[in-house]
Amino acid sequence: MTIFTLNNLSRRAVLGGLISLAAWPAAAITDRQARTLVGRLVDDINTVIAANKSEAATIKEFEGIFARYGDVPAIARSALGPTARGLSGSELDAYTAAFRGYMSRKYGKRFREFSGGRIEVTSARPAGRFYEVLSTAYLRGSNPFELTFVVSDRGGEDRFINLLIEGVNMLATERVEITAMLDQNGGNVARLIQMLERAG
Amino acid sequence: MAPPKFPLRLTQAFSLVLVAGLLAGCAAGPSGEDRFETPNRAVHGFNKGLDTVILRPASQAYGTVVPDVVRQGVSNVASNVSLPGDVVNHTLQGEFRSAANMTGRFLVNSTFGVLGLFDIAGPAGVPEDDTDFGETLHVWGAGEGAYVELPLLGPSTSRDAVGTVVDTILNPIGAVIETPESTYVAASRTGSLLDGRYRFTNTIDSVLYDSADSYAQSRLVYLQNRRFELGDDTTTPAASSGAGGDDLYDDLYFE
Repeated sequence: MTIFTLNNLSRRAVLGGLISLAAWPAAAITDRQARTLVGRLVDDINTVIAANKSEAATIKEFEGIFARYGDVPAIARSALGPTARGLSGSELDAYTAAFRGYMSRKYGKRFREFSGGRIEVTSARPAGRFYEVLSTAYLRGSNPFELTFVVSDRGGEDRFINLLIEGVNMLATERVEITAMLDQNGGNVARLIQMLERAG
Repeated sequence: MAPPKFPLRLTQAFSLVLVAGLLAGCAAGPSGEDRFETPNRAVHGFNKGLDTVILRPASQAYGTVVPDVVRQGVSNVASNVSLPGDVVNHTLQGEFRSAANMTGRFLVNSTFGVLGLFDIAGPAGVPEDDTDFGETLHVWGAGEGAYVELPLLGPSTSRDAVGTVVDTILNPIGAVIETPESTYVAASRTGSLLDGRYRFTNTIDSVLYDSADSYAQSRLVYLQNRRFELGDDTTTPAASSGAGGDDLYDDLYFE
Protein backbone atom coordinates (compact mmCIF):
# COMPACT_ATOMS: atom_id res chain seq x y z
CA MET A 1 0.00 0.00 0.00
CA THR A 2 2.77 2.37 0.95
CA ILE A 3 4.68 1.52 -2.21
CA PHE A 4 1.57 2.02 -4.25
CA THR A 5 1.11 5.49 -2.75
CA LEU A 6 4.73 6.38 -3.33
CA ASN A 7 4.47 5.37 -6.95
CA ASN A 8 1.59 7.74 -7.29
CA LEU A 9 3.58 10.64 -5.98
CA SER A 10 5.54 12.42 -8.61
CA ARG A 11 9.29 12.56 -8.37
CA ARG A 12 8.92 16.29 -8.19
CA ALA A 13 6.66 16.16 -5.17
CA VAL A 14 8.92 13.80 -3.25
CA LEU A 15 12.05 15.74 -4.08
CA GLY A 16 10.28 18.97 -3.38
CA GLY A 17 9.16 17.78 0.00
CA LEU A 18 12.63 16.56 0.92
CA ILE A 19 14.40 19.66 -0.25
CA SER A 20 11.95 22.02 1.37
CA LEU A 21 12.32 20.14 4.65
CA ALA A 22 16.09 20.30 4.45
CA ALA A 23 16.58 23.78 3.22
CA TRP A 24 13.83 25.72 4.90
CA PRO A 25 13.05 23.89 8.11
CA ALA A 26 11.52 26.79 10.01
CA ALA A 27 12.31 29.70 7.78
CA ALA A 28 8.69 30.43 7.03
CA ILE A 29 8.32 34.05 6.17
CA THR A 30 6.06 36.10 8.40
CA ASP A 31 3.50 38.83 7.74
CA ARG A 32 5.85 41.33 9.26
CA GLN A 33 8.85 40.30 7.13
CA ALA A 34 6.83 40.38 3.93
CA ARG A 35 5.42 43.74 4.86
CA THR A 36 8.85 45.10 5.71
CA LEU A 37 10.28 44.00 2.37
CA VAL A 38 7.42 45.50 0.39
CA GLY A 39 7.50 48.61 2.58
CA ARG A 40 11.11 49.24 1.58
CA LEU A 41 10.37 48.36 -2.04
CA VAL A 42 7.42 50.75 -2.16
CA ASP A 43 9.47 53.51 -0.49
CA ASP A 44 12.08 53.13 -3.22
CA ILE A 45 9.44 53.15 -5.96
CA ASN A 46 7.79 56.25 -4.45
CA THR A 47 11.17 57.99 -4.37
CA VAL A 48 11.69 57.25 -8.06
CA ILE A 49 8.16 58.40 -8.91
CA ALA A 50 8.58 61.63 -6.92
CA ALA A 51 11.99 62.36 -8.48
CA ASN A 52 10.28 62.56 -11.88
CA LYS A 53 13.54 62.04 -13.77
CA SER A 54 14.00 61.31 -17.46
CA GLU A 55 12.69 58.03 -18.84
CA ALA A 56 16.20 56.61 -19.19
CA ALA A 57 17.12 57.53 -15.60
CA THR A 58 13.84 56.12 -14.26
CA ILE A 59 14.39 52.84 -16.09
CA LYS A 60 17.90 52.58 -14.67
CA GLU A 61 16.55 53.15 -11.15
CA PHE A 62 13.95 50.45 -11.76
CA GLU A 63 16.49 47.94 -12.92
CA GLY A 64 18.25 48.45 -9.58
CA ILE A 65 15.03 48.07 -7.60
CA PHE A 66 13.99 44.96 -9.56
CA ALA A 67 17.36 43.31 -8.95
CA ARG A 68 17.46 44.35 -5.27
CA TYR A 69 13.98 43.24 -4.22
CA GLY A 70 12.85 40.74 -6.84
CA ASP A 71 13.86 37.12 -7.34
CA VAL A 72 14.81 37.94 -10.91
CA PRO A 73 16.23 34.52 -11.89
CA ALA A 74 13.05 32.82 -10.63
CA ILE A 75 10.74 35.27 -12.41
CA ALA A 76 12.77 35.00 -15.62
CA ARG A 77 12.76 31.20 -15.58
CA SER A 78 9.07 31.03 -14.81
CA ALA A 79 8.27 33.41 -17.68
CA LEU A 80 10.18 31.19 -20.09
CA GLY A 81 8.51 28.02 -18.83
CA PRO A 82 9.68 24.48 -19.65
CA THR A 83 12.16 25.73 -22.26
CA ALA A 84 14.30 27.08 -19.40
CA ARG A 85 15.11 23.54 -18.26
CA GLY A 86 16.97 22.75 -21.46
CA LEU A 87 19.29 25.75 -21.30
CA SER A 88 22.95 25.73 -20.33
CA GLY A 89 24.11 27.86 -17.41
CA SER A 90 25.50 30.59 -19.64
CA GLU A 91 22.43 30.63 -21.88
CA LEU A 92 20.23 30.96 -18.81
CA ASP A 93 22.39 33.81 -17.49
CA ALA A 94 22.24 35.65 -20.80
CA TYR A 95 18.49 35.16 -20.99
CA THR A 96 18.02 36.33 -17.37
CA ALA A 97 20.08 39.47 -17.98
CA ALA A 98 18.11 40.29 -21.14
CA PHE A 99 14.86 39.62 -19.30
CA ARG A 100 15.86 41.92 -16.43
CA GLY A 101 16.56 44.78 -18.86
CA TYR A 102 13.31 44.17 -20.73
CA MET A 103 11.23 44.12 -17.54
CA SER A 104 12.91 47.27 -16.22
CA ARG A 105 12.17 49.16 -19.42
CA LYS A 106 8.60 47.91 -19.65
CA TYR A 107 7.58 48.43 -16.02
CA GLY A 108 9.80 51.47 -15.50
CA LYS A 109 7.78 53.23 -18.20
CA ARG A 110 4.53 52.10 -16.57
CA PHE A 111 5.52 53.39 -13.16
CA ARG A 112 6.60 56.64 -14.74
CA GLU A 113 2.89 57.22 -15.48
CA PHE A 114 2.42 57.22 -11.68
CA SER A 115 4.19 60.57 -11.62
CA GLY A 116 2.56 62.79 -9.01
CA GLY A 117 1.03 59.75 -7.31
CA ARG A 118 2.07 57.41 -4.54
CA ILE A 119 1.71 53.82 -3.35
CA GLU A 120 0.68 52.89 0.19
CA VAL A 121 1.04 49.46 1.77
CA THR A 122 -2.22 48.49 3.46
CA SER A 123 -1.95 44.91 4.73
CA ALA A 124 -0.27 41.54 4.40
CA ARG A 125 -1.73 38.04 4.45
CA PRO A 126 -0.55 34.50 3.83
CA ALA A 127 -1.48 33.04 0.44
CA GLY A 128 -0.60 29.40 0.11
CA ARG A 129 3.15 29.11 0.50
CA PHE A 130 3.69 32.81 -0.11
CA TYR A 131 2.69 36.13 1.31
CA GLU A 132 0.61 38.74 -0.37
CA VAL A 133 1.21 42.35 0.55
CA LEU A 134 -1.67 44.55 -0.49
CA SER A 135 -1.13 48.15 -1.42
CA THR A 136 -3.09 50.94 -3.02
CA ALA A 137 -1.85 53.23 -5.76
CA TYR A 138 -3.17 56.78 -5.66
CA LEU A 139 -2.84 58.50 -9.00
CA ARG A 140 -3.85 61.93 -10.08
CA GLY A 141 -7.14 61.97 -11.96
CA SER A 142 -8.05 58.32 -11.56
CA ASN A 143 -9.65 56.12 -8.95
CA PRO A 144 -7.19 54.46 -6.55
CA PHE A 145 -6.33 50.93 -7.56
CA GLU A 146 -4.99 47.85 -5.88
CA LEU A 147 -1.44 46.54 -6.26
CA THR A 148 -0.59 43.19 -4.69
CA PHE A 149 3.03 42.13 -4.21
CA VAL A 150 3.63 38.39 -3.81
CA VAL A 151 6.59 37.69 -1.54
CA SER A 152 8.46 34.45 -0.98
CA ASP A 153 11.56 33.33 0.86
CA ARG A 154 11.91 30.11 -1.09
CA GLY A 155 14.84 31.38 -3.07
CA GLY A 156 16.76 31.70 0.21
CA GLU A 157 15.76 35.23 1.21
CA ASP A 158 12.69 37.42 1.14
CA ARG A 159 12.02 38.52 -2.42
CA PHE A 160 9.03 39.60 -4.39
CA ILE A 161 8.14 37.14 -7.12
CA ASN A 162 4.98 38.57 -8.59
CA LEU A 163 2.88 41.68 -8.85
CA LEU A 164 -0.86 41.91 -9.43
CA ILE A 165 -2.29 45.19 -10.70
CA GLU A 166 -6.07 45.16 -10.19
CA GLY A 167 -5.90 41.41 -10.50
CA VAL A 168 -3.71 41.39 -13.61
CA ASN A 169 -0.88 38.99 -12.91
CA MET A 170 2.57 40.16 -14.04
CA LEU A 171 4.04 36.66 -14.17
CA ALA A 172 1.13 35.25 -16.18
CA THR A 173 1.32 38.23 -18.53
CA GLU A 174 5.02 37.70 -19.09
CA ARG A 175 4.59 33.95 -19.63
CA VAL A 176 2.19 34.70 -22.48
CA GLU A 177 4.47 37.40 -23.84
CA ILE A 178 7.72 35.45 -23.66
CA THR A 179 6.02 32.37 -25.14
CA ALA A 180 4.76 34.48 -28.06
CA MET A 181 8.25 35.93 -28.58
CA LEU A 182 9.80 32.49 -28.49
CA ASP A 183 7.25 31.27 -31.06
CA GLN A 184 8.03 34.22 -33.31
CA ASN A 185 11.67 33.17 -33.19
CA GLY A 186 10.93 29.57 -33.99
CA GLY A 187 11.87 28.42 -30.50
CA ASN A 188 15.40 29.78 -30.86
CA VAL A 189 16.49 31.11 -27.45
CA ALA A 190 19.49 33.07 -28.80
CA ARG A 191 17.14 34.99 -31.09
CA LEU A 192 14.66 35.42 -28.21
CA ILE A 193 17.46 37.02 -26.18
CA GLN A 194 18.23 39.43 -29.02
CA MET A 195 14.55 40.33 -29.24
CA LEU A 196 14.33 40.90 -25.47
CA GLU A 197 17.31 43.22 -25.60
CA ARG A 198 15.34 45.51 -27.90
CA ALA A 199 11.88 45.02 -26.35
CA GLY A 200 10.15 46.80 -23.48
CA MET B 1 -51.50 57.58 -24.27
CA ALA B 2 -48.02 58.14 -25.57
CA PRO B 3 -46.77 55.63 -28.11
CA PRO B 4 -44.42 53.07 -26.62
CA LYS B 5 -40.74 53.91 -26.99
CA PHE B 6 -38.37 51.40 -28.44
CA PRO B 7 -34.86 52.28 -27.32
CA LEU B 8 -33.64 49.23 -29.22
CA ARG B 9 -31.76 50.53 -32.20
CA LEU B 10 -30.45 48.71 -35.19
CA THR B 11 -26.93 48.27 -33.84
CA GLN B 12 -28.30 46.94 -30.58
CA ALA B 13 -30.56 44.55 -32.39
CA PHE B 14 -27.57 43.41 -34.38
CA SER B 15 -25.44 42.82 -31.31
CA LEU B 16 -28.33 41.00 -29.65
CA VAL B 17 -28.44 38.60 -32.57
CA LEU B 18 -24.68 38.25 -32.43
CA VAL B 19 -24.73 37.52 -28.71
CA ALA B 20 -27.59 35.04 -29.07
CA GLY B 21 -25.48 33.26 -31.64
CA LEU B 22 -22.51 33.21 -29.32
CA LEU B 23 -24.59 31.87 -26.45
CA ALA B 24 -26.04 29.16 -28.64
CA GLY B 25 -22.52 28.30 -29.65
CA CYS B 26 -21.11 28.11 -26.17
CA ALA B 27 -23.93 26.06 -24.72
CA ALA B 28 -22.43 22.97 -26.31
CA GLY B 29 -18.68 23.00 -25.76
CA PRO B 30 -16.43 22.92 -22.71
CA SER B 31 -15.46 26.16 -21.03
CA GLY B 32 -12.06 27.43 -19.96
CA GLU B 33 -10.45 27.51 -23.36
CA ASP B 34 -10.62 30.06 -26.12
CA ARG B 35 -13.10 28.35 -28.38
CA PHE B 36 -13.66 31.36 -30.59
CA GLU B 37 -9.99 32.12 -31.03
CA THR B 38 -10.07 32.24 -34.83
CA PRO B 39 -13.03 34.66 -35.20
CA ASN B 40 -11.85 36.55 -32.11
CA ARG B 41 -8.47 37.14 -33.68
CA ALA B 42 -10.14 38.46 -36.83
CA VAL B 43 -12.22 40.89 -34.76
CA HIS B 44 -9.12 41.83 -32.78
CA GLY B 45 -7.35 42.74 -36.01
CA PHE B 46 -10.35 44.87 -37.00
CA ASN B 47 -10.50 46.59 -33.59
CA LYS B 48 -6.77 47.21 -33.57
CA GLY B 49 -7.01 48.75 -37.04
CA LEU B 50 -9.77 51.06 -35.80
CA ASP B 51 -7.62 52.03 -32.86
CA THR B 52 -4.67 52.78 -35.13
CA VAL B 53 -6.67 54.80 -37.63
CA ILE B 54 -9.35 56.48 -35.50
CA LEU B 55 -9.37 56.02 -31.74
CA ARG B 56 -5.70 56.57 -30.96
CA PRO B 57 -5.21 59.66 -33.19
CA ALA B 58 -8.54 61.14 -32.04
CA SER B 59 -7.61 60.59 -28.40
CA GLN B 60 -4.23 62.24 -28.95
CA ALA B 61 -5.95 65.25 -30.50
CA TYR B 62 -8.54 65.38 -27.74
CA GLY B 63 -5.93 65.03 -25.01
CA THR B 64 -3.65 67.64 -26.55
CA VAL B 65 -6.26 70.23 -27.46
CA VAL B 66 -8.75 69.97 -24.60
CA PRO B 67 -7.43 71.02 -21.16
CA ASP B 68 -7.24 68.41 -18.42
CA VAL B 69 -9.97 69.99 -16.23
CA VAL B 70 -12.43 70.07 -19.12
CA ARG B 71 -11.71 66.44 -20.04
CA GLN B 72 -12.17 65.48 -16.41
CA GLY B 73 -15.51 67.32 -16.36
CA VAL B 74 -16.72 65.55 -19.50
CA SER B 75 -15.67 62.18 -18.09
CA ASN B 76 -17.48 63.06 -14.85
CA VAL B 77 -20.70 63.68 -16.79
CA ALA B 78 -20.39 60.31 -18.54
CA SER B 79 -19.73 58.59 -15.23
CA ASN B 80 -22.68 60.40 -13.61
CA VAL B 81 -25.22 59.31 -16.22
CA SER B 82 -24.10 55.70 -15.75
CA LEU B 83 -25.10 55.83 -12.06
CA PRO B 84 -28.84 55.06 -12.47
CA GLY B 85 -27.84 51.88 -14.30
CA ASP B 86 -25.43 51.07 -11.46
CA VAL B 87 -28.27 51.58 -8.96
CA VAL B 88 -30.52 49.15 -10.86
CA ASN B 89 -27.77 46.52 -11.04
CA HIS B 90 -26.69 46.90 -7.41
CA THR B 91 -30.33 46.43 -6.46
CA LEU B 92 -30.70 43.34 -8.64
CA GLN B 93 -27.55 41.98 -6.98
CA GLY B 94 -29.00 42.59 -3.51
CA GLU B 95 -26.31 45.21 -2.84
CA PHE B 96 -28.75 47.65 -1.31
CA ARG B 97 -26.11 49.68 0.47
CA SER B 98 -24.22 50.31 -2.78
CA ALA B 99 -27.52 51.06 -4.53
CA ALA B 100 -28.35 53.65 -1.87
CA ASN B 101 -24.84 55.14 -2.04
CA MET B 102 -24.95 55.46 -5.81
CA THR B 103 -28.42 57.02 -5.61
CA GLY B 104 -27.05 59.62 -3.20
CA ARG B 105 -24.02 60.14 -5.39
CA PHE B 106 -26.21 60.71 -8.44
CA LEU B 107 -28.44 63.20 -6.61
CA VAL B 108 -25.52 65.16 -5.15
CA ASN B 109 -23.43 65.28 -8.33
CA SER B 110 -26.41 66.07 -10.56
CA THR B 111 -27.38 69.08 -8.41
CA PHE B 112 -24.40 70.50 -6.50
CA GLY B 113 -22.07 69.02 -9.09
CA VAL B 114 -23.84 70.86 -11.95
CA LEU B 115 -25.31 67.95 -13.95
CA GLY B 116 -22.37 65.77 -13.04
CA LEU B 117 -19.59 68.06 -14.27
CA PHE B 118 -18.00 68.08 -10.82
CA ASP B 119 -17.56 65.07 -8.60
CA ILE B 120 -18.63 66.39 -5.20
CA ALA B 121 -19.57 63.01 -3.71
CA GLY B 122 -16.24 61.29 -4.40
CA PRO B 123 -14.04 63.46 -2.18
CA ALA B 124 -16.87 63.43 0.39
CA GLY B 125 -16.45 59.67 0.72
CA VAL B 126 -18.82 58.20 -1.88
CA PRO B 127 -16.64 57.22 -4.86
CA GLU B 128 -18.16 55.55 -7.90
CA ASP B 129 -18.98 51.90 -7.32
CA ASP B 130 -19.19 50.67 -10.88
CA THR B 131 -21.23 47.66 -11.83
CA ASP B 132 -23.09 46.23 -14.82
CA PHE B 133 -25.57 43.56 -15.79
CA GLY B 134 -22.73 41.14 -16.52
CA GLU B 135 -21.90 41.32 -12.83
CA THR B 136 -25.58 40.87 -11.97
CA LEU B 137 -25.60 37.68 -14.06
CA HIS B 138 -22.45 36.56 -12.22
CA VAL B 139 -24.14 37.20 -8.85
CA TRP B 140 -27.14 35.24 -10.05
CA GLY B 141 -24.85 32.31 -10.75
CA ALA B 142 -24.19 32.57 -14.49
CA GLY B 143 -20.81 31.27 -15.60
CA GLU B 144 -18.36 33.40 -17.51
CA GLY B 145 -18.91 31.58 -20.80
CA ALA B 146 -16.46 31.85 -23.64
CA TYR B 147 -14.06 34.71 -24.26
CA VAL B 148 -15.25 36.93 -27.08
CA GLU B 149 -13.76 40.02 -28.61
CA LEU B 150 -16.65 42.18 -29.81
CA PRO B 151 -16.38 44.53 -32.77
CA LEU B 152 -15.91 48.11 -31.50
CA LEU B 153 -16.52 47.10 -27.88
CA GLY B 154 -13.43 44.96 -27.44
CA PRO B 155 -12.75 42.09 -25.01
CA SER B 156 -15.73 40.47 -23.32
CA THR B 157 -17.19 37.08 -22.44
CA SER B 158 -20.45 35.63 -23.63
CA ARG B 159 -21.96 36.45 -20.22
CA ASP B 160 -20.63 40.01 -20.20
CA ALA B 161 -21.69 40.55 -23.81
CA VAL B 162 -25.27 39.71 -22.82
CA GLY B 163 -24.82 42.09 -19.88
CA THR B 164 -23.70 44.89 -22.19
CA VAL B 165 -26.73 44.45 -24.41
CA VAL B 166 -29.11 44.39 -21.44
CA ASP B 167 -27.43 47.46 -19.91
CA THR B 168 -27.84 49.32 -23.19
CA ILE B 169 -31.49 48.40 -23.62
CA LEU B 170 -32.50 48.90 -19.99
CA ASN B 171 -30.42 52.04 -19.42
CA PRO B 172 -32.74 54.18 -17.24
CA ILE B 173 -31.19 57.38 -18.54
CA GLY B 174 -31.88 56.39 -22.14
CA ALA B 175 -35.54 55.82 -21.24
CA VAL B 176 -36.16 59.25 -19.77
CA ILE B 177 -34.14 61.65 -21.90
CA GLU B 178 -34.71 62.69 -25.48
CA THR B 179 -32.73 64.69 -27.99
CA PRO B 180 -30.85 66.96 -27.55
CA GLU B 181 -30.00 65.68 -24.04
CA SER B 182 -29.32 62.19 -25.36
CA THR B 183 -26.83 63.72 -27.77
CA TYR B 184 -25.00 65.41 -24.90
CA VAL B 185 -24.89 62.10 -23.06
CA ALA B 186 -23.50 60.33 -26.12
CA ALA B 187 -20.96 63.12 -26.57
CA SER B 188 -19.82 62.85 -22.95
CA ARG B 189 -19.39 59.09 -23.38
CA THR B 190 -17.28 59.65 -26.47
CA GLY B 191 -15.22 62.23 -24.58
CA SER B 192 -14.77 59.83 -21.69
CA LEU B 193 -13.64 57.07 -24.05
CA LEU B 194 -11.10 59.36 -25.71
CA ASP B 195 -9.92 60.65 -22.33
CA GLY B 196 -9.35 57.10 -21.07
CA ARG B 197 -7.50 56.16 -24.24
CA TYR B 198 -5.36 59.31 -23.87
CA ARG B 199 -4.72 59.01 -20.13
CA PHE B 200 -3.48 55.44 -20.46
CA THR B 201 -1.80 55.88 -23.83
CA ASN B 202 1.42 54.13 -22.88
CA THR B 203 -0.20 51.22 -21.09
CA ILE B 204 -2.68 50.54 -23.90
CA ASP B 205 -0.04 51.06 -26.58
CA SER B 206 2.17 48.61 -24.75
CA VAL B 207 -0.51 45.89 -24.94
CA LEU B 208 -1.70 46.65 -28.47
CA TYR B 209 1.48 47.62 -30.28
CA ASP B 210 4.52 46.56 -28.28
CA SER B 211 3.56 43.03 -27.32
CA ALA B 212 4.45 39.98 -29.34
CA ASP B 213 0.83 38.76 -29.35
CA SER B 214 -1.56 41.63 -28.67
CA TYR B 215 -4.61 39.38 -28.90
CA ALA B 216 -3.37 36.98 -26.22
CA GLN B 217 -2.28 39.89 -24.01
CA SER B 218 -5.65 41.65 -24.33
CA ARG B 219 -7.47 38.43 -23.50
CA LEU B 220 -5.33 37.75 -20.44
CA VAL B 221 -5.52 41.28 -19.10
CA TYR B 222 -9.28 41.49 -19.63
CA LEU B 223 -10.11 38.12 -18.06
CA GLN B 224 -7.84 38.55 -15.05
CA ASN B 225 -9.02 42.06 -14.33
CA ARG B 226 -12.68 41.10 -14.82
CA ARG B 227 -12.40 38.10 -12.50
CA PHE B 228 -10.67 40.31 -9.96
CA GLU B 229 -13.50 42.85 -10.10
CA LEU B 230 -16.20 40.23 -9.78
CA GLY B 231 -14.49 38.29 -7.03
CA ASP B 232 -13.78 41.43 -5.08
CA ASP B 233 -16.61 41.05 -2.60
CA THR B 234 -15.67 37.52 -1.69
CA THR B 235 -11.89 37.72 -1.85
CA THR B 236 -10.14 35.07 0.18
CA PRO B 237 -6.42 34.37 0.45
CA ALA B 238 -6.97 30.99 -1.19
CA ALA B 239 -8.84 32.49 -4.11
CA SER B 240 -6.09 34.97 -4.75
CA SER B 241 -3.22 32.52 -4.65
CA GLY B 242 -3.46 32.67 -8.40
CA ALA B 243 -0.36 34.54 -7.32
CA GLY B 244 1.28 32.36 -9.89
CA GLY B 245 4.14 31.46 -7.61
CA ASP B 246 3.46 27.83 -6.92
CA ASP B 247 4.80 26.17 -10.01
CA LEU B 248 7.44 28.88 -10.25
CA TYR B 249 9.29 27.46 -7.28
CA ASP B 250 8.40 23.90 -8.10
CA ASP B 251 10.10 24.39 -11.42
CA LEU B 252 13.02 26.19 -9.97
CA TYR B 253 14.16 24.62 -6.83
CA PHE B 254 12.40 21.30 -6.74
CA GLU B 255 13.60 19.67 -9.92
